[in-house]
Amino acid sequence: MKLTVNGRSYDVDAEPDTPLLWVLRDELKLKGTRYGCGDAICGACTVHFNGTPTRACRLPVSAAAAGEIVTIEGLSADGSHPVQEAWRRHNVPQCGYCQAGQIMSASALLARNASPSDDEIDGAMSGNICRCGTYPRIRAAIRDLAGSEEEGAS
Amino acid sequence: MTGVVQLSRRRFLALTGVSASGLLLGGVVPGDALAAVPAAGAEGLRLNLFVSLEEDGAVEIIAHRSEMGTGIRTSLPQVVADEMEADWARVKVVQAIGDAAYGSQNTDGSRSIRNFYATMREMGAAARHMLEAAAAERWGAAAAECRAEMHRVVHSDGRSLGFGELAAAAAQQALPAAGELTLKSRDQFRYIGRDVPMVDLHDITTGAATYGADVELPDMVYASIERTPHLGGRIASYDAAEARKVKGVLDVVELKAPDGPPGFNNVEGVAVLARNTWSAMKARQALVVKWAPNEHSSHDSERYLDALQARVQDGPGQVARERGDVDAALDAADKVIEASYRTPYLAHAPMETPVTVARVSGGRCELWACTQNPQATQAAVAAALGIDKSAVTVHVTLLGGGFGRKSKPDFSVEAARLAAHVGKPVQVNWTRTDDLRHDYFHSCSAMYLRGGMDDKGNVSAWLARQATPPIGSTFDPSVTFMDDGDLSQTFGSVPFATPNLRVESHEAPAHVRIGWLRSVYNIPFAFGVCSFVDELAHAAGRDPAEFWETMVGEDRHLDFAPEGFEFGNYGRSIEEYPYDTARFKNVLRTLAASIPWGEKLPEGQGWGLAVTRSFLAYVAVASKVEVVDGQLRVLEMHGVIDAGTVVNPDRVHAQLEGGMIFGLSVALSGEITFRDGAVQQSNYHDYQVARINQAPEVIRTHIVPSDALPAGVGEPGVPPTAPSIANAVFAATGQRVRELPLSKRFRV
Repeated sequence: MKLTVNGRSYDVDAEPDTPLLWVLRDELKLKGTRYGCGDAICGACTVHFNGTPTRACRLPVSAAAAGEIVTIEGLSADGSHPVQEAWRRHNVPQCGYCQAGQIMSASALLARNASPSDDEIDGAMSGNICRCGTYPRIRAAIRDLAGSEEEGAS
Repeated sequence: MTGVVQLSRRRFLALTGVSASGLLLGGVVPGDALAAVPAAGAEGLRLNLFVSLEEDGAVEIIAHRSEMGTGIRTSLPQVVADEMEADWARVKVVQAIGDAAYGSQNTDGSRSIRNFYATMREMGAAARHMLEAAAAERWGAAAAECRAEMHRVVHSDGRSLGFGELAAAAAQQALPAAGELTLKSRDQFRYIGRDVPMVDLHDITTGAATYGADVELPDMVYASIERTPHLGGRIASYDAAEARKVKGVLDVVELKAPDGPPGFNNVEGVAVLARNTWSAMKARQALVVKWAPNEHSSHDSERYLDALQARVQDGPGQVARERGDVDAALDAADKVIEASYRTPYLAHAPMETPVTVARVSGGRCELWACTQNPQATQAAVAAALGIDKSAVTVHVTLLGGGFGRKSKPDFSVEAARLAAHVGKPVQVNWTRTDDLRHDYFHSCSAMYLRGGMDDKGNVSAWLARQATPPIGSTFDPSVTFMDDGDLSQTFGSVPFATPNLRVESHEAPAHVRIGWLRSVYNIPFAFGVCSFVDELAHAAGRDPAEFWETMVGEDRHLDFAPEGFEFGNYGRSIEEYPYDTARFKNVLRTLAASIPWGEKLPEGQGWGLAVTRSFLAYVAVASKVEVVDGQLRVLEMHGVIDAGTVVNPDRVHAQLEGGMIFGLSVALSGEITFRDGAVQQSNYHDYQVARINQAPEVIRTHIVPSDALPAGVGEPGVPPTAPSIANAVFAATGQRVRELPLSKRFRV
């Protein structure tokens, strides 16, 4: 089947029930989308599916074939997306494993709502777990972009 | 200078896989005194920590510790670069493979900075001296006239040479002798004490960073393993017929476990090998495996904790520490307060599950693993395959969180055994359910505390008992009591001036694999101790912050020996790192002064605080909570840390923030339960960790400025957090919570 990822078309040979996550990782070698739970609970595998933040671990590749997929690798060519830059400005990551998913959720939020309230930020980001506890800085980085930042974490 | 030796290029290449020319240096550091496991404890003096300098001026600094989010791949090289006067922009950090030559690489115990700060400074300084000597030789000048400055050596007359131009000559210089080495003064630091961003920051934000599961080898196959649900379980029978029908399946293999204690061996299981991850996972679901019952297959965590609790309440245990006459003081007390506390098993649940790629060929094994301890991986794999350690190469990837889980290489042993069996590279990737059900679990604990006071609220007696299955049981099942080293984590090492004090242990034989988890026994013990101090304060009608200071008493360095207690002090001598009550009280005072402690709050809100010393650092945490109609919210968390000298303040703030949020998870919802020997939880929906909407709106951290020797940072933020929240809940509601997690009592 055909799959459109980061603006590029791929011919993919996979069982239809294969979650998009494993096609991205095992077949297309796009390793930035990460496995965390396999059940759409943790958000580590978040990609944009027709612009909507979507957990790739529960999206069958047969359904994904119908739309446009953007992964962290396609968010910008060189890491220059404003969310990626804000993440670096605020030194958000610790281990970094969940951060591609966090960045995909945050960029989708800001694409549809340029100045989210604090509640809207928490609402949009609560599907993404960070076990290192970078939440204060995730909030600060998004508020920075939303123009609502009072001060950085700590 | 005894701490640095020169390495041959061949040796350097062997240790790092990096081809380097020019200057090579290696440091010698003492063997790691706090070796976490018996098997890894016998390393002597070893080479450690390397610098290389290319003729084009590029500097490579070896990171020999694992990066799991603390920023250590940045912080230690930043120390070398500073003393060397290297330009950080021209430094490349290279990850070391596992090799005993480095000394301990076991990245846990919050040890990396405190054990390697001095050596890294010497490493950098020795490089600087050799570059200066090379320049002096070139110019025929006195060494004193030549000074390294930002990647160049500058003569007092203004001439200068770049580091690259001096590389070859510097490598020929004799190592500076002991006493010749001058270290920078604090005001000369260029990077130490500065917020240098993590070297992996760009790759993390673009998805390019390489974690364990991102390694792929040609011809690699994927494995998913169905493992014994209970400790020490053996396969009775299995049926793989349906599994074999799944498209992409290559083989189904029995993975036997060796006899003996769990240690770092694989547990018994049935492995599906397939062409891709999904086929392996799907086929594995179709396996039908029957497990033979044993003495652990009836383990029930609720009943087990009930039994431990009865034990600590019913009578005296083994005495670990004793001062004065507690029984007489309790008899004479005007008021006696007693309370029992309990805490559950916990799972580490790092975002990245355990994963390893292994390749076995020609009598050698090569692995790529997200390991905190590559040498333990090397040793365990060598033993499992019956080959020499020197035939095992362990490459360390970035770790998607570790928290102690990834110090245990059982998952790498699985990959190595399977790779040896199929003759192809194998990736073993654990599912989240695998991770939660086959962890080395954080100990559950039952505690009983009893205090006596006079009618003015002066505490005359402190009696503390606990029963907690020890980590040692994982390596030797006959270990059933906490030893003094275990009890040195808060429970036995309380800094109270109370004239009569006794600490006791009861037996707790283990029925699951017990392991260390971020801050280890300090989690249950700080919950018991810091909750009970709060209870005593309220019983005495005193302000808890002021009461804590009274309990600790005058400024002094604690001496545990006269009380029969062998204080472990996290592997360091008490002379070098005293237990300093002035610093203990100072973090508390600094904290209380930074928040509106004592403010009048609306109904249903309250502040609570707790203080601990762990991993040689002093941390006080205050939390403000609100409870409305059974819904608990943590509104604010404030932390103050005194960790002595700090290398990268931003990363210390980050670790304290993260440590408090890890503690928030412990407090709110962390609980693993067992029934019929098996874990009942299966994913993040029933083993919940804190999400952004549960994180307090206000999180503030403060670092106490200090010139003292560096202390641990990664773990110390965790222990005081849960009791600070429980104490705040009491202040808010009058309800004393003596059992974690709080989700048993409130919606969280």
